[in-house]
Amino acid sequence: MTLDLKKIRNDFPILGRQLRPGVRLTYLDSTATAQKPLQVIEAMDEFYRKFNANIHRGVHTLAEESTALYEGARERIAKFINASSARQVIYTRNTTEAINLVAYSWARANLKQGDLVILTEMEHHSNLVPWHMLQAERGIELEFIPVTQDGLLDLDAYKTLLERQPKLVSFTHMSNVLGTINPAAEIVHLAHQAGSIALVDGAQSAPHLKVDMQALDADFYAFSAHKMCGPTGIGVLYGKTTLLETMPPFLGGGDMIREVKLRSFRANSLPHKFEAGTPAIAEAIGFGAAVDYLTSLGMDNIAAHEHEISEYAMERLEEIPGLKLFGPSADKKGGVASFILDGVHPHDVAQILDQDGIAVRAGHHCAQPLHEKFQIPATSRASFYLYNTKEEVDLLVKGIYKVKEMFG
Amino acid sequence: MDDLYREVIIEHYKNPSYRGKLDPHDISFADNNPLCGDHIQIDLQVSAEGIVTDARFDGQGCAISQASADLLLESIIGKTLEDVKKINKDYILDLLGIELGPVRLKCALLSLKVLKAGVYGLQEAGDDLVE
Ligand SMILES: Cc1ncc(COP(=O)(O)O)c(C=O)c1O
Repeated sequence: MTLDLKKIRNDFPILGRQLRPGVRLTYLDSTATAQKPLQVIEAMDEFYRKFNANIHRGVHTLAEESTALYEGARERIAKFINASSARQVIYTRNTTEAINLVAYSWARANLKQGDLVILTEMEHHSNLVPWHMLQAERGIELEFIPVTQDGLLDLDAYKTLLERQPKLVSFTHMSNVLGTINPAAEIVHLAHQAGSIALVDGAQSAPHLKVDMQALDADFYAFSAHKMCGPTGIGVLYGKTTLLETMPPFLGGGDMIREVKLRSFRANSLPHKFEAGTPAIAEAIGFGAAVDYLTSLGMDNIAAHEHEISEYAMERLEEIPGLKLFGPSADKKGGVASFILDGVHPHDVAQILDQDGIAVRAGHHCAQPLHEKFQIPATSRASFYLYNTKEEVDLLVKGIYKVKEMFG
Repeated sequence: MDDLYREVIIEHYKNPSYRGKLDPHDISFADNNPLCGDHIQIDLQVSAEGIVTDARFDGQGCAISQASADLLLESIIGKTLEDVKKINKDYILDLLGIELGPVRLKCALLSLKVLKAGVYGLQEAGDDLVE
């Protein structure tokens, strides 16, 4: 089923914004954060107007209602990723915190000096720095699956690395710079065969692809609401129950305990064991509304729409003289177009496009090592989501010609 | 907004007068803009009296950062190191003749941070140098 773009765009009030007189917003930066539909904005608004109370332990009506909403959202998020139980869905602030939770709790309890963790050359800083920190603290070893010139992971090199018996393979499902969709299930399967566990950074896959925890079989999967039409300040760590149950708590405090004595505590059961303190309640409810929204459109339809836009964008961008695109061909990637333009710095590209209301991002997109690999300091990145249209791609292309003219 | 790419900025970006390296030099310092990875190195020759006699910058960056580096170096030749230490954000904005939002301000101020860190003999170019 094709998406009804006219209807969808009406769901997103910000897409109708005039930035300056006569300049309408063309939002091509959803990889950084997605825009929010009314359904999400109104769910959060309604929570504060009608239901606001702290969750758990309260017996008054509002506390009952807010707890039900908060936990109801968790159930729907679990269903969205086809987790077998909502107990496996731990609320965090974002993907970064979810990965750090694994690094602080699981890894510090299980990794010792000399243990190998395999990452890839296309990781976001959030899946690099926690491991650098553990390396400094524990002396673990890090190896990286190389990225080929056309932006794919070198799986043969990965298989060779696996012979060294890693304890953890942690990798992104989809690159936020190249757009590459990695064969995640295969990478996880190979890791398991080698006796390793696997963490999948789903920050870019949960918003754009149908993900299924049963089929993926990852031990951990991390994602952020804000990239999938939900609010900022909330994300999820999904984990396999056996692992989550044996892991020590991460942060200590209220809610994560079953019992506290003056000199000791017993941890609460899953998922609360990892959720210390008052959580982002309205945000969790907004996240629930976001997965409802995506589900109502159908993740397969969203992926198909993005693919169509992305293919069209690649075609149009490739025609521009002096423009170089990074990453694989459209069939192997999501809706991300990172490029450089001869003689013009990406910041200048983004700034000039902004004059016409076109929002693209410029920089290293929190993936500095990947840019170093391709020997460029920065790229401009246009990214596409369920609300973007071919007309917007045309505006982008027109804008890039204008940049060329200014610097020509 | 349209003046962001004033003629002089594009001109200094495309045809900088002070791009390159100085060998020998008395002061040399390099640093990155952590937001975008842009890199700038600045070399200075300084006389016995503490006057900047020549200056060059090298590295990569956007039109704003490169043009501001070029304009900055042009303006400090003949100045004393003590004067250079007094240069602040407003000085750079005057040189560029534009107003900038918080993100692009970092680009414009990168060369000044690197210059002052070099002149003060610091390990790292901090934001406090350009307040
Ligand atoms: C692949 C990938 N991983 C992790 C992150 C970090 O997400 P967050 O900032 O929401 O923690 C991002 C965000 O850009 C991303 O694209």
